[in-house]
Order: sequence, then C-alpha cells, then structure tokens
Amino acid sequence: MRRLLAVLLLGMALNLPSAFASSATEAAIAADPVTEKRLQKLSEELRCLVCQNQNIADSNAELAQDLRREVRTMIKDGKSDKEIIDFMVTRYGDFVLYRPPVQGNTLLLWGGPLVLLIVGIIALVRYQRRRAERVAAEDKPLSADEASRAEALLKELDNK
Amino acid sequence: MNRYYWILGAFAALVALLAVGLNLNPREVPSPLVGKPAPAFTLAQLAEPDKTLSPKDMQGKVWLFNVWSSWCVSCRQEHPVLVEFSKKVDVPLIGLNYKEVRGDGGFDMGKMSAEDEKKLAWERANSWLSQHGNPYKLTVMDLDGRVGIDYGVYGVPETYVIDKAGIIRMKHTGPITPEILSKKIMPLLAELNK
Repeated sequence: MRRLLAVLLLGMALNLPSAFASSATEAAIAADPVTEKRLQKLSEELRCLVCQNQNIADSNAELAQDLRREVRTMIKDGKSDKEIIDFMVTRYGDFVLYRPPVQGNTLLLWGGPLVLLIVGIIALVRYQRRRAERVAAEDKPLSADEASRAEALLKELDNK
Repeated sequence: MNRYYWILGAFAALVALLAVGLNLNPREVPSPLVGKPAPAFTLAQLAEPDKTLSPKDMQGKVWLFNVWSSWCVSCRQEHPVLVEFSKKVDVPLIGLNYKEVRGDGGFDMGKMSAEDEKKLAWERANSWLSQHGNPYKLTVMDLDGRVGIDYGVYGVPETYVIDKAGIIRMKHTGPITPEILSKKIMPLLAELNK
C-alpha cells in the first residue's frame, strides 16, 4: 500500500510544469535589464503558433521573434502586462496563452486529472476493502472432516 | 466476467477519445477575429507604390483578403485555385504580401537598408505574379509583418472573407483547395452578397 502511494505521488510530481531554460539570446538583452526581464516573463506565458509546443521565449521561429519584438515595443511604451496579454489574445485567441485560463470550456482540462485521481483512489480503496473481506471470510478454522483429510495427506507425505 | 466487459468498455472509450484527438488538426486555431471588424492598416500597393489601400476603401463590398509571399511553398499550391477563382467570380481578391524579403530567411537583414529591402520586395513580388499569374485586384505590401500580426497571421497562406460592413466573417489558414472554395467560401460569399 505504501509503495503504491509513493508511485502515485511520484507520478503527480512529474506532471508539474518544469522550469524551462530559455534560449532567447537576442542582441538587445543587454539593453535594459528591467525590460528584458519582463519580456522574458511575458514571453514564457505566450505560445508560439508556429511551433505550438514552445512558448515564444523558447522558440526561434520567425513569428516568435516578431512577437518578442512586439512585446518589447509595448513594454517600452509603458503598457501593463495585462494590456500586452490582451493584445495577443485579441489577435491569436486563448490558444496563445501557454497556461490556459480557467473557464467554462477548460474545466475538464483543469479538473480532469483531479477527478481521475479521486476515481482511482476510490476504486483502489474499494478493491482493497473487498479483498480484505474475502480473505477474512475464507480464513475460517477447518471443519472436522477437512482436518482429518489434511492429516491424512500430511501423513502420506511423511511416508514418502 | 462482468468486470472484463467494464474494462473493455473503458478501453474502447479511450481508443475513441484518442482517435478523435488524432484526427483534429492542431493547425486550425479558431481565430478570435471572426465577427470582428477587419483591423485597419494603410499599406503601399504593389502595382503603384505611391498609392495605398486601407480596409475602409473596400467598405460596401464583400471581399477576400489573401496573405501570400513568393517564398511560401503552400502559396504555390493554392495559387492556381485563386487564379481560377478570379476568372470566374466577381468578388475582389486583395493580396497581402507578407514579409516578402524578411520572411525568406536567406537574407542578412542587418546588412540591408530599408530602401534596398523595398526595392527587392517589389521586384520579387512582381516577378512571382508575372510568372504564376495575378489573381489579385491589387496587392499591398507588408514588409515587416506588422499588419500580419494585427490579423493574427501565423502561417502563410491565410485567407479572410470580409463583408460589406468590414467585418471578418471567415478565416482559413493554409492553402485554399477547390473543395474548401466550393464548400465553404462560395456559399458564404453568395450569402453575404444577397
């Protein structure tokens, strides 16, 4: 039981988002550390639509470079993070958000794993309980008849 | 025995789920722009570089807006369909030439002046159209891809259907095939032109 729990916990830990090392090495990084830090943070939140499993910080696709440039310009213009994210969403939709928002049509996405985990735990607990009951039910002392048969068998073994 | 049916059922459901998932096209991202006004721009025309075009110049007409480039391979596949369309259908087709020089990838943009980029872009776009045929009423030039970003362009070619009030009614990503044209675009154009 304990080993099973450990495996389960390990599985959950592996599903946590890992921190991605970024490959955004553009010339302008030295220009303004504050801007670049915000750019880095924002572009990790935005999906590159060309290589869809990368964010625009990691992607070197042309479009990702253009979008990084766009984000940098908006930061310099004093736009807030929310304004910049909204700019992207109005053009590319929710899909551009690397971390999907929690809303009606994403409930299954966010809640699904938890539901599956709970269903799994319930099934496991029920199975264990039933098994324990069955074992307990079968664990009765032998009847007189059975005892004498066992005795006879053991004796036979001894004689061999 | 009952339990095995249950497991088999669960497995079948999983297979069905994965089959649906595998048959979805991840490239088809629904555009949030459908139902919204076409973003404004003012860009120079390919045929007459001194003239510009804005979406508001097209007010009162149903029109198609097609994003293309000479370096785009899928555009070559879609081009004959557009040429055919322009011969048969009286709906203006406007081209948006997207990052003609920058998007090519074969040029060191750090070493190219704005003048040179412009000259090269016009040359390349013109020669491509004269070689493959020109289905466009006119083409506007988006050298740096800024207008492309406003239209949410992420994979050339892309095509927008824009109605008389200037509202985007449909977006298609990827090359237009004769099937998409006849099944999706033509019925929509007919409806919008009623």
